[in-house]
Amino acid sequence: MTAASAEEKKTAPTITVEIMGKTHQVPEGLTMLQAMWHAGHELTRGAGCLGGICGACPSKYTTKEETKIKTALACQTQVEDGMSFSLVASYYPNRKVVADFTEIKDPKQEIFRLYPETALCRNCDACTQACPKGIDVRSGVWKAAFGDFKEGAALFLSCVMCSLCVPVCIADIAPNQVGLYMRRAQGIFFDQECGHLSARLEEIDRGKFDSEWKRLLSLPDEAILAEPRV
Amino acid sequence: MTEFELSKQRVAEGRESRKAAEMPRLSADEKEALLHRYHPDKKKEAYATIRIGPNQGQQTVHEVVRLLEGESPLTSKAPDLNPAHQVDVLIIGGGGAGSSAALMAQAAGAKVLMATKLRLGDSNTVMAEGGMQVAVSPEDSPVRHFVDSLKGGQMANDRTLLKALVSEGPEVAKWLIDMGVLFDREEDGNLSIRSGGGSSLPRLLRCKDYTGLELMRVLKDAVLNEEIQLLEFSPVIEFLTDGEGTCTGAVLKDLDTDKLIVVQAKTVIAATGGIGRLHIQGFPTSNHYGATGDGLAMSYRAGAALTFQDTFQYHPTGSVFPEAMAGLLVTEAIRSVGAQLLNVKGERFIYELETRDAVASAVIRECQEGRGVETPAGRKGVWLDMPLVDVLHGAGTLAEHFPNMVKQFSRYDIDISKDPVLIYPTLHYQNGGVKIDVDSESTLKNLFVAGEASGGIHGRNRLMGNSLLDIVVYGRRAGKAAAKRASEVDFKPLTLSHLDPFQAAKKAAGVVSETVSPILFPDYVNKG
Repeated sequence: MTAASAEEKKTAPTITVEIMGKTHQVPEGLTMLQAMWHAGHELTRGAGCLGGICGACPSKYTTKEETKIKTALACQTQVEDGMSFSLVASYYPNRKVVADFTEIKDPKQEIFRLYPETALCRNCDACTQACPKGIDVRSGVWKAAFGDFKEGAALFLSCVMCSLCVPVCIADIAPNQVGLYMRRAQGIFFDQECGHLSARLEEIDRGKFDSEWKRLLSLPDEAILAEPRV
Repeated sequence: MTEFELSKQRVAEGRESRKAAEMPRLSADEKEALLHRYHPDKKKEAYATIRIGPNQGQQTVHEVVRLLEGESPLTSKAPDLNPAHQVDVLIIGGGGAGSSAALMAQAAGAKVLMATKLRLGDSNTVMAEGGMQVAVSPEDSPVRHFVDSLKGGQMANDRTLLKALVSEGPEVAKWLIDMGVLFDREEDGNLSIRSGGGSSLPRLLRCKDYTGLELMRVLKDAVLNEEIQLLEFSPVIEFLTDGEGTCTGAVLKDLDTDKLIVVQAKTVIAATGGIGRLHIQGFPTSNHYGATGDGLAMSYRAGAALTFQDTFQYHPTGSVFPEAMAGLLVTEAIRSVGAQLLNVKGERFIYELETRDAVASAVIRECQEGRGVETPAGRKGVWLDMPLVDVLHGAGTLAEHFPNMVKQFSRYDIDISKDPVLIYPTLHYQNGGVKIDVDSESTLKNLFVAGEASGGIHGRNRLMGNSLLDIVVYGRRAGKAAAKRASEVDFKPLTLSHLDPFQAAKKAAGVVSETVSPILFPDYVNKG
């Protein structure tokens, strides 16, 4: 939001919202974070990429129509009249378990030592409903438990580690951490070798491009610009 | 029907007839003329002369001049410089470059402290969508990657830095894959690659359109697994020197208590990122909340020279509608697979895979010359016809390859497989920064700078996918070099005496500054 657009918003119709327990009038069309700035909040915790991808701004809210408490990323959600919302702490680090992948022999067993709760999912689906990225979190946890890391990893592709799934879990699972562990393990232990990459590394090692570098770096700009396919 | 709706309808109607049409590429002369006339870097009134410091007499934009000539939050008579921490390597910034540096320095046996303004991982890295350029295919080579990048950089790139960048690409790709980064693959296991603007061959490794998120998630997890000492919400507000041209530590500020934390370090790595949140020339930005050029201001005051500080990248396709999405990036990769740019009349006006500087200039030209589309909030833009991607490659292509884009727009009831979106250039990247050598060391001894805060690698225009490569290659180089240096030197005195000549120079040049830098955060708070 630039200063100019903030000016325009001053003239937009206003709506009533409750921000962390206090009622404010704010212009229509703002995101939750923009509404907080409008209401005078200085933000350090709670603001990050402002593009829905870093997980810094997990929030809970209710609307005029529904008393059910919903979850959202505050930078991605527009306020509406009668909405009440609050930023919630990002639970990110406190459920993270230190894992030394160089010591792990069987990652599909190791998950039950690192994150033993993984086996205890009771299928309540609260994690999936809490996910602001629309991930099927519950299925992801089950795939982790059954060792289907490939499909489980794919499910967590868009996880921004906002941790909204963590406090809602009745079995105390940290699904985002389970998902990240599964993704890394999939990459480290189970993905195919990249033949072309290995070949390129070997070429660089044996100096295949050395003469080409020597020739190119001696050329004047005009010759480089005219350089056809190298 | 409004002009907005009518124009959108023209785009839909023309889609079928446009889909196979070739668009001529710009000649070198045409490109130069376009840049000269329309690129924001060429706008004279946006620029001023830097009056003090190592780059005195050179130009940059007003916003950066204010930062460089700003007041320090401290004075040389600051009270207590007793260190709370003594470390081999202090790393400032928790993005891709800082995390890569931390992992390498730690692996080299150094005692490392990472300090970051927000949380570990909060950075522009996490937002990168398009991918990372690495010459992996048999047809490709690091040399070819070098030539493409040099041409893209307007031949201005530091060639030594660029050669190291492209040469280490494959090694870095392997390093990331070995840590569990899940790049997209082909059926045979090879890395899937895609084209980017200005590249003569497909060379982009990617994880759908979540490449930066995937990299940052893994790097962050790796840093946490190493149990590297970490201070979050603790930005650096000034470097410390021995008063004789060597960096010896830094002063941090705890954002919760406002208390200062003094760190004595044998070496310091600034991986402080970019400048988007300075909103240069009033542009919206695709950048992270913390991208306020802190490293530039502090390095400069401590005596480190900058390079290419006058050139910025305005990414051609920032969203302008709806208003809540203004500035947010629409990845260039979407043009790689056929999305076209159209003016208000529904006509194409540029080959979509020209380099970013050229495409951005062409969009600005269309809008300045009355061929743009006005949004309800009064912004101008042109159409990016994304539904064409599904027409060209089959229904579901967007959903399969650009899930992030689909989701971002769907929040505002825009279905990008059915409707075009409005875009305008958004402030995306600082092409220049602190001048470094190939070990990432600045001209201030024992201060290393890596990632977007540094300059020279990309010349006057960075190619898509070279930034994710840059942060990992130079983050690693900085981490290794700083750890090695730390093993060879002792702790040195902590002073702020470099502020005195800086103040004296300001006085002599008649500089009166109302800005305290680093500014740390943009000021979006309504003061009523």
